[in-house]
Amino acid sequence: MVDRIPSGTRDVLPDEMRELRAMTDRVRAVFEHAGYGEVYTPALEYEATFARAHMDSGRPAYRVFDEHGNVLVLRSDMTVPIARLVATRYHEAEPPLRFCYFAHAYRGVRPQRGQSREFLQAGIELIGAESPEGTAEVLTVLCNALDAAGLQTYRVGLGDASLYPALLDRLDVQDAEHRERILTELVDGDFVGLQHEVTGLGLSPDDAALLLEVPQTRGGPEVLQSLSGPLEHAVTGMRAVHALLAPNVAERIIFDLGLVRSLGYYTGAIFQVYDPAYGVPIGIGGRYDELLGQFGRPLPAVGFALNVERLHIALTSEEQGRPE
Amino acid sequence: MNELRIAVPRGALFRETLDLLDRLGVNTAEVRSNDRKLLFEHAGIITMRPSDVPTYVEAGAADLGITGKDVLLEQSERELYELVDLGYGHCTMVLATVDGEDPAAEALRRLGVMRIATKYPRVATRHFLETGRQAEIVEVRGSVELAPLTGLAEGIVDLTASGATLRENGLVVREELARSTARLIANPVSHKLKAKAIDTLLERLDAV
Repeated sequence: MVDRIPSGTRDVLPDEMRELRAMTDRVRAVFEHAGYGEVYTPALEYEATFARAHMDSGRPAYRVFDEHGNVLVLRSDMTVPIARLVATRYHEAEPPLRFCYFAHAYRGVRPQRGQSREFLQAGIELIGAESPEGTAEVLTVLCNALDAAGLQTYRVGLGDASLYPALLDRLDVQDAEHRERILTELVDGDFVGLQHEVTGLGLSPDDAALLLEVPQTRGGPEVLQSLSGPLEHAVTGMRAVHALLAPNVAERIIFDLGLVRSLGYYTGAIFQVYDPAYGVPIGIGGRYDELLGQFGRPLPAVGFALNVERLHIALTSEEQGRPE
Repeated sequence: MNELRIAVPRGALFRETLDLLDRLGVNTAEVRSNDRKLLFEHAGIITMRPSDVPTYVEAGAADLGITGKDVLLEQSERELYELVDLGYGHCTMVLATVDGEDPAAEALRRLGVMRIATKYPRVATRHFLETGRQAEIVEVRGSVELAPLTGLAEGIVDLTASGATLRENGLVVREELARSTARLIANPVSHKLKAKAIDTLLERLDAV
């Protein structure tokens, strides 16, 4: 007779735990040194709290009733609880506010290595700091944390959630149903489907080509130089952030115009952490300038979350791939 | 070229995929001459069954892969980029039943549910959900055509290219669910970090 544990969860035994703990301790030191104080919030929140965030994906998957019949959810990220925390515990505090966290979140994902239904996130939130300065600060802390964790070959993809919707505006693609389908193809990474949708719009060949090329545009600063016209505004924002970065951070950045918001609340800059030793993103972040307003304290904000289990896999894979 | 590892499907798409890779400048001679070997390090090619291609590409064990749209439809939850419709390997996903009066329609009318045998349970489930019909999906692994002939199911959802196998077993197409061709897919992280190599390959693909 063997007692099982729920699908998508797992036990951590001492050898792994020691490595995880050592890694998160190094990351925590970077966060604290940069002025981000650690907070912890309840794993259970009222469903209404997460409903305010209007998330497209990554919504809470697990619900329970409390003794009064209220619906509670297991949090699906830490950004929404911290937005609530800022609006309630710091409703008069002078911004900017800086917080970090090391906490588990819960999602109904398809379980596989690096994708658990209960997963530890390490992240920061910078509340009340505008772009580009706030975004540059968060990217700097992100790279310092990855350096401290011991990753050597990581890259950070930098995009802008407003870029593609703005491009559709400029090309006068207004039909809501068409826009929805186009953005869905982008989120799914289906460029064949995107081509079908764009062909159906009846745009000029140049405009149609732009809609297809932009999401596949990624690389060094040179990819921004060839862009102007309808993309100028979003690209100006990315250039401004990049210009504020120290060389050791700037060299890690890949401009990635194909990054689209996978979580509903991102508004401007968005970023993802990649490592060539591991085939899935290690972390995600971005600006969420509208979210705090949903909780009654309108402030611009930016942050990121690293998936600690994936960070550990990437670190191990890098070590195995390195010549002795 | 060796910078990229490509997952190549054995089976119906195998020959045309190797022909395409030849035109792109990948030397496939060793792959063609060796039926048992699976990993060709020098050419950057790994071979596998088509339905395993998304698994390898999603995990980053291959940077790129080639497989049918039918496979991608069945595994739609995978985190992959679908880059190009390669235009070969045409086939159609159909609902077929035995010739004559449609036994699936009759089962639906009189019993409320039709039993459908398929190797594509998710595609089939989605189709009947979207068209508002109750269906019991029976998953089988091979020779789906046997199911309606033996009473296991009233109909099948399967892939057909010429329709010859269906005809030989006395089955007729009742509905088309989707068209399928070979697709080039990419691991999202490889797509970002090996952008130059992948874009070079895509340019050559445009040229051939």
